Amino acid sequence: MTRDVAIIGQGMTKFQEHWDRGVRELAAEAITEALQDATISHEQVQALFVGSMGRFGGQEHIGALVADYTGLTPIPATRVEAGCACGALAMRSAFLAVLSGLYDIVVACGVEKMTDLTDSGDLISALGAASDQEWELQAGLTFPAVYALMARAHMAKYGTTKEQLAMVSAKNHKNAVNNPKAHFRREFTIQQILQAKMVCAPLGLLDCSPVSDGAAAIVIADSEIAETHECPVWIRGSGHASDTIALQDRPTITNIPAAQVAARKAYEYAEISPDEVDVAEIHDNFTIGELMGLEDLGFVPEGQGGIATEAGETQIEGGKLPVNTSGGLKARGNPIGATGIAQAIEIMLQLRDNAGKRQVEDVEVGLTHSIGGSGATAIVTLLSSKRR
Amino acid sequence: MQVGIVGYGVYIPKFRIKVHEIARVWNEDGETMAKGLGVSEVSVPDLDEDTTTIAVEAARNAIKQSGIDPRKIGALYVGSESHPYAVNPTASTVAEAISAGPGDFTCADLEFACKAGTAGIQMCMGMVAAGQIEYGVAIGSDCAQGRPGDALEYSASAGACALILGQKGIIAEIEGTYSYSTDTPDFFRREGENFPSHGSRFTGKPAYFRHVLNGATGLMTKLGLTVEDFDYACFHSPNGKFPIIAANTLKIPFEKVEPSLVVRAIGNTYSASAMLSMARLLDICEPDQRILMVAYGSGAGSDAFSLKTTDLLLEKRDQVPKVDDYVNNKVYIDYAIYAKHRGKILDMT
Amino acid sequence: MTILAEPSIPEYWRGINARFRLEGTECADCGRRTFPPRIVCPRCKSTKTIPKQFSGKGTLRSYTIVYEAPKGQELHVPYVMGLVELEEGPTVTAQIVDVNPDALKIGLELEVVFRKISAGGRRGIVRYGFKFQPLQYPLHTSNA
Repeated sequence: MTRDVAIIGQGMTKFQEHWDRGVRELAAEAITEALQDATISHEQVQALFVGSMGRFGGQEHIGALVADYTGLTPIPATRVEAGCACGALAMRSAFLAVLSGLYDIVVACGVEKMTDLTDSGDLISALGAASDQEWELQAGLTFPAVYALMARAHMAKYGTTKEQLAMVSAKNHKNAVNNPKAHFRREFTIQQILQAKMVCAPLGLLDCSPVSDGAAAIVIADSEIAETHECPVWIRGSGHASDTIALQDRPTITNIPAAQVAARKAYEYAEISPDEVDVAEIHDNFTIGELMGLEDLGFVPEGQGGIATEAGETQIEGGKLPVNTSGGLKARGNPIGATGIAQAIEIMLQLRDNAGKRQVEDVEVGLTHSIGGSGATAIVTLLSSKRR
Repeated sequence: MQVGIVGYGVYIPKFRIKVHEIARVWNEDGETMAKGLGVSEVSVPDLDEDTTTIAVEAARNAIKQSGIDPRKIGALYVGSESHPYAVNPTASTVAEAISAGPGDFTCADLEFACKAGTAGIQMCMGMVAAGQIEYGVAIGSDCAQGRPGDALEYSASAGACALILGQKGIIAEIEGTYSYSTDTPDFFRREGENFPSHGSRFTGKPAYFRHVLNGATGLMTKLGLTVEDFDYACFHSPNGKFPIIAANTLKIPFEKVEPSLVVRAIGNTYSASAMLSMARLLDICEPDQRILMVAYGSGAGSDAFSLKTTDLLLEKRDQVPKVDDYVNNKVYIDYAIYAKHRGKILDMT
Repeated sequence: MTILAEPSIPEYWRGINARFRLEGTECADCGRRTFPPRIVCPRCKSTKTIPKQFSGKGTLRSYTIVYEAPKGQELHVPYVMGLVELEEGPTVTAQIVDVNPDALKIGLELEVVFRKISAGGRRGIVRYGFKFQPLQYPLHTSNA
């Protein structure tokens, strides 16, 4: 092929309501920490990709904004957006930039400031911009409602239960207790989750990821530079696929075809198969998302996501494939643009044996799975402590 | 030149509030109110229904029943006293929704209290008879409002009736029309006001009865007909009593009017009232029968029509839901939900 | 800041044929039907797509009940949203009205109705569009 590319540093803010910080401050904190972790100076960074929806504040031109307030001008700065997959897209864009040979050191940062939008009606509308604004949102289909339609169909087709959905939430909340950067670090019982206020039947409040502020950044470099670092995390595969913007136009609504396409591309590029993956961060913006992800990524047979979860296969303790050790979007939090990068950071920490009490034993290959909208974008990334 | 109804369609929203329930809120005796008005419950539009949406549903039924190509409609009029806009036509939205227009097609909104719909019938009659249009559509549609606690609140309701007028495929010929119009301010609403005002007992003899009775007798004289020539009669129904008194005064037997009294089950649908009453008669009568329809609009005027049914009526009327189908498809709500639906809770936008 | 929970007036007007009459497109080359209208056929990529009005009959492909509404829909909560598979093929997204939540099931037969989508407040325009309701005999006596 061509160059080998690795992540050499990471940094992120805590994900929470940051009333005293805006986009500029959040991004600056994350990038500064990442540069320190990578032991490189500002002057060494050659390009910047920022993943952010930005819609919650209205500021556009976020690439330049972040470069400015992080002291990275005059390097090329680009904002990328793909619904909730912004962060993963920033990572992929940085990967492609280094892969091309034109750049050696690139920063990918994801940032989102959501809590300035205090009117809940406006917030619900803003979130709907990742789906089909004209034919879904404006018809009354909020973003949780899109996933609720998929959950309903999945339950009808495969017999998935509300309890199995709740188990995803319970597991991720338990994992987040050990993640100092997580938004919610408390456990919930299955009962509490089942009794939570309904948002869009069958999804309740605790089936849905929260509204969070935060930023996360990684430094991506070519192999020559990466080899001089102690623990580079190699980007072994990257897959990116698109699909219909609206759920209504897909032949199936019980899985996300774009995720299957992206996963296949990533596995092929990396020459890694699903059963070689040791740990994964799966896009659980809603609990059903994790179940569909398990199936789309080839970790479990079609329709069996709920059964596998119920059997404990995705737990850190005794699980075949621990999923969302960070707490996932559900408990770690979901500042839209930052999420995709935060997923990569969790895999990095796992691969570097730096995940503290969340550490999974013997990890060599990790995967991140990031979905934009209801599946109009999917980005799957394979990371490993081994270069080949 | 024969002009007549080529198709008709109705629509009544499914929610109902009982007169007893309204009475409960205002500390009136429900039984007395219901008996006095001759109305037991009234229809209430859903939150996402208005004069335009129900006019569309009625018009779609009429088009389906008539079997005509909507592109052949030359004119469409919507008469209402609850048009959603002070300025912006209801008729153009209805036209787009039924595929009428845009070319060689005219439309407009009409107002004359409760006879705005029948005014549209007269306009279409003239245009069809003159050969100016092939088909005309006249719609009476209202989502009526009464001031909270006022007597009118007990009878104001929602409904729509659409008639397609033409010369081909007539199911009921319009033999003639006669109107009686004066300046009689019995019931009115100023621009910007949410609810109408009315003159209580002044709305009876000097208003409703003067114009309805003169309308009916004038029509009969004009056409050389007597009461005995009619098989059925229907009148604008502000309540369940006035049309019966009007019939009595004209010496029309009760059984000829009774089938038209939709008001007893759904209240006063204002611009749709007389037309819905007539539609019920068309739903049940036989071919070759004569129907008297007298609409009344406050302000004031009456429009009277004589209709003669044809054999085609039997062929066509089963194609779409009938008045009774809508009357019987109902869900009861209480006053709180009713107030929410009708925007009576302040600051609702 | 404008959060576009309802279309701007030009955007609304542009879609009136689709919103009022369920007019989508049909590919003159391969026959594929789409809603909303498309210039490029998603199946054969031809640009020979022509307007096609759908009948409004369909079945429920999935549904949910929404308890937290976007701007403009607050009064309707809780309301039912559904994916409706039209008899001609395409699936559309719409509110389902006049339905008892207990009667909701995948495969429920539906027909289109004309309703307000958003009321426009005191000064804006009213936006109309399509919703669906279950077939309610005897309100629907004919299969025509």
